[in-house]
Amino acid sequence: MSARVGVITFPGTLDDVDAARAVRYAGGEAVSLWHRDTDLQGVDAVVVPGGFSYGDYLRAGAIAARSPVMGPVVEAAHRGLPVLGICNGFQILCEAELLPGALVRNAGLRFICREVRLRVENSTTAWTSGIAAGAEITVPLKSGEGRFVADDDTLARLEDEGRVVFRYADPAPNGALHDVAGVCSDDGRVVGLMPHPEHAIDPLTGPGTDGLGLFTSVLARLTAAA
Amino acid sequence: MIVDVLPKAEILDPQGQAVARAMGRLGVAGVADVRQGKHFVLEVDDEVPDAELERIAGTLLANPVMEEWVVRRVSDAEATAADVPGTHA
Repeated sequence: MSARVGVITFPGTLDDVDAARAVRYAGGEAVSLWHRDTDLQGVDAVVVPGGFSYGDYLRAGAIAARSPVMGPVVEAAHRGLPVLGICNGFQILCEAELLPGALVRNAGLRFICREVRLRVENSTTAWTSGIAAGAEITVPLKSGEGRFVADDDTLARLEDEGRVVFRYADPAPNGALHDVAGVCSDDGRVVGLMPHPEHAIDPLTGPGTDGLGLFTSVLARLTAAA
Repeated sequence: MIVDVLPKAEILDPQGQAVARAMGRLGVAGVADVRQGKHFVLEVDDEVPDAELERIAGTLLANPVMEEWVVRRVSDAEATAADVPGTHA
């Protein structure tokens, strides 16, 4: 039986369809979750996809982080449920305090939409265990508020604990501190990143298949645990 | 209740910088720095304790990772004055 991965849709979410497609390409079953749901339908993992949830009102991700569905997601994450936040999903996980730091306006004020190379610096997380440490992957970045910031102590702790999971291989185009593109929780089960692995799973519609590794990683781990 | 939220001084505020540069082009001298933030006006019952107002500001209106905030309890008249842009002119 294939693992079931929930994909949340908030008002303003854009990338839920691609995220569900990535789950299916990786061999999993995608389960649609709605922002008003309070039942996660027993899913084995959750993807919080990109977009502009609630129109980015207040701060990007701020309203979504306090939406009904996120209560059970936060609770399940604290019990070890693998959760992946992509772009706006990363912002939501930071606002929900599942991940440290915050994402703020790009240093150059421009919305950035292009492919970027990422270095996978931690291949022990639930979402990167099938990718070799140090591997470089090419995925699209498309965000206006993607500059990762955190205070010095938090950044030092993240570096010491190997919790910078993805780093821009070239200087961060958005001015992210330490060129951070993605980080994880202390147990490595919650991962967030600004670029979009779900858009890089098929050469027909993206730069390649480099992004598929995140989805096959979590499914391999879930299947092994079953 | 009024809550003013600003990006922390140590966090780069590219919007504020863009505003500061535009001031230079207006011929305004002497403005060293601009930080752009948010101004919230809330109608709150008098019985709501200060700690609750602080909680609203620190857990929802502002993100402590990147912003700092000031909470002020004001009268309706003050809040209205602060709320109408024309009164500052």
